[in-house]
Amino acid sequence: MGESVLSMSGLHKRFGALQATHDVSLDLKAGEIHALIGPNGAGKSTLIAQIAGSLRPDAGKIHLGARDITALGVARRARLGLGRSFQVSCLAEPLSVLRNVMIGAQALQGHSFRFWQPVDRDPSLLAPARAALERMHLVHRADTPVAELSHGERRQVEVACALVLKPRALLLDEPMAGLGPEGTARLTELLETLKHEVPILLIEHDMDAVFRLADRISVLVAGSVIAHGDSEAIRRDPRVRDAYLGD
Amino acid sequence: MTRPPSTTAPTAGPPSGSHWLNRRRLVEVALLALMLLAPVAAHLLGEIYYVNLASRVALVAMAAVGLNLAIGFGGMISFGHAAYFGLGGYVAGISAHHAFEGSLVMGLPGSDNMLVIWLAAVLLCGLLALAIGAISLRTTGVYFIMITLAFAQMAYYFANSWPDYGGEDGLPIYLRNALPGIDTNHALSFFLICFTALVLSLALTSRLMRSRFGAALTMARLNETRLATAGISPFPIRLVAFVISAMITGLAGALYADLNGFVSPSMLSWHFSGELMVIVILGGVGRLYGPLAGAILFVMMETLLGGLTEYWQFFLGLVLLGVVLFAKQGVIGWLAGREHHG
Repeated sequence: MGESVLSMSGLHKRFGALQATHDVSLDLKAGEIHALIGPNGAGKSTLIAQIAGSLRPDAGKIHLGARDITALGVARRARLGLGRSFQVSCLAEPLSVLRNVMIGAQALQGHSFRFWQPVDRDPSLLAPARAALERMHLVHRADTPVAELSHGERRQVEVACALVLKPRALLLDEPMAGLGPEGTARLTELLETLKHEVPILLIEHDMDAVFRLADRISVLVAGSVIAHGDSEAIRRDPRVRDAYLGD
Repeated sequence: MTRPPSTTAPTAGPPSGSHWLNRRRLVEVALLALMLLAPVAAHLLGEIYYVNLASRVALVAMAAVGLNLAIGFGGMISFGHAAYFGLGGYVAGISAHHAFEGSLVMGLPGSDNMLVIWLAAVLLCGLLALAIGAISLRTTGVYFIMITLAFAQMAYYFANSWPDYGGEDGLPIYLRNALPGIDTNHALSFFLICFTALVLSLALTSRLMRSRFGAALTMARLNETRLATAGISPFPIRLVAFVISAMITGLAGALYADLNGFVSPSMLSWHFSGELMVIVILGGVGRLYGPLAGAILFVMMETLLGGLTEYWQFFLGLVLLGVVLFAKQGVIGWLAGREHHG
């Protein structure tokens, strides 16, 4: 396992009386899947929002590589190489799968104030978008409107959207949710190969998948990281059993 | 890659891969032909009134093409596009006024050359929209509608209370502005200028919406979180679209003042903003040729029904109700078939 690609140190976020994030420090190293688990209301969503850039922390720093990205917005972070998928799929439903992925390829090539050349015949956008879809085994759905896709396929499109950005780090928010056993198995397999290209911070409820996939696990309870370690250590940690696994 | 490119691509141009002469294409060509041939026929019959009426349709349609770029393609429901239409009109009026008097306006001589007037109208409308958009686009939904209305009303009251240029009485243009090599006083020649401007605004919108900028604007309308997550900030994209939209509407306004030989605060009033919105909705929101279909229908109802009863707007209301309830993509959706995207 290599150096740290994405790191947070001393993150705090408070909403009125609620301490949603309390002194969270985490990092993501090259080649690994780092899973973040925790019961409902533990502050996972708030933490993701801070990492992705839609929410500013009250205190603390976030680094992507050597670069401090704490003050940057969502779009800027994405261009610097932070790819993410959403818990509830976030795609333009009337547009084709290909169009949804192409917009990332477009962003990667600089500004979008190009008013003349049509995009639908632009090989510099089509080729990377198709390549990302191929990774997700979705090329046959390229011209289908997202609205006609199954839940599982939408999840795959989201990951393709992130991959086309050539990300340095991936943030996947419950990618297995609602997938069914077959879909979960397929995605698990895919993430296992993918992590060697780009490290993944995985927020997931499916414990089997987490214990199988994760190189390291952090447990978030009431805004704080209460435990940290590999699958075995987390499985045996009495505080985790207490707070989360519930037995 | 043998697969044809996506036919669900956003909106404006013909879906490449389908035959060019499909139903939608036929309807669009028919609308343009009607728009062009009706005034030519009227001219041959010596009915100047109808030639001028066609110029009015073309200019109102062009103003609505501008608004459609904001509302239909950009999802920015501006209730203040009369501000740009009126500003364009006042640029034509004020410039002609000073050219006629031989006096200066802000240190510059007036001009009765349409090319100069158009350039000034487009630039000033762009600047105004840049300022208004930069503030308004920080809000969304009803707030955006209200703040654009508020800015337009400010322009309206400003023109109303500024005595130098006629105040509420308006400002006459004694001699129609000139275009080198063309007799602009000739009704059909003037119509052809308006028609050309309309066609260019349609072509520009079509091209724009198929470009990278158009792809980003479409995504900003459909899902701005996706756009930002892909690495593109929605705000600058929207702002530029808003500015281009205002420029198109402003150019239509400059020509409209020359058509009437008169500019008054009514060009800036919220009634006109509302009319443009009605035309966009009637024609089909986010459909390239919607504004043209909407403007033809609107002006025909106004002229034909308005001649019969002063309550013609009651019937306009019924038609609008029908469109909103039963034909969400407007007259164009009904004539040319629905498109599959939002």
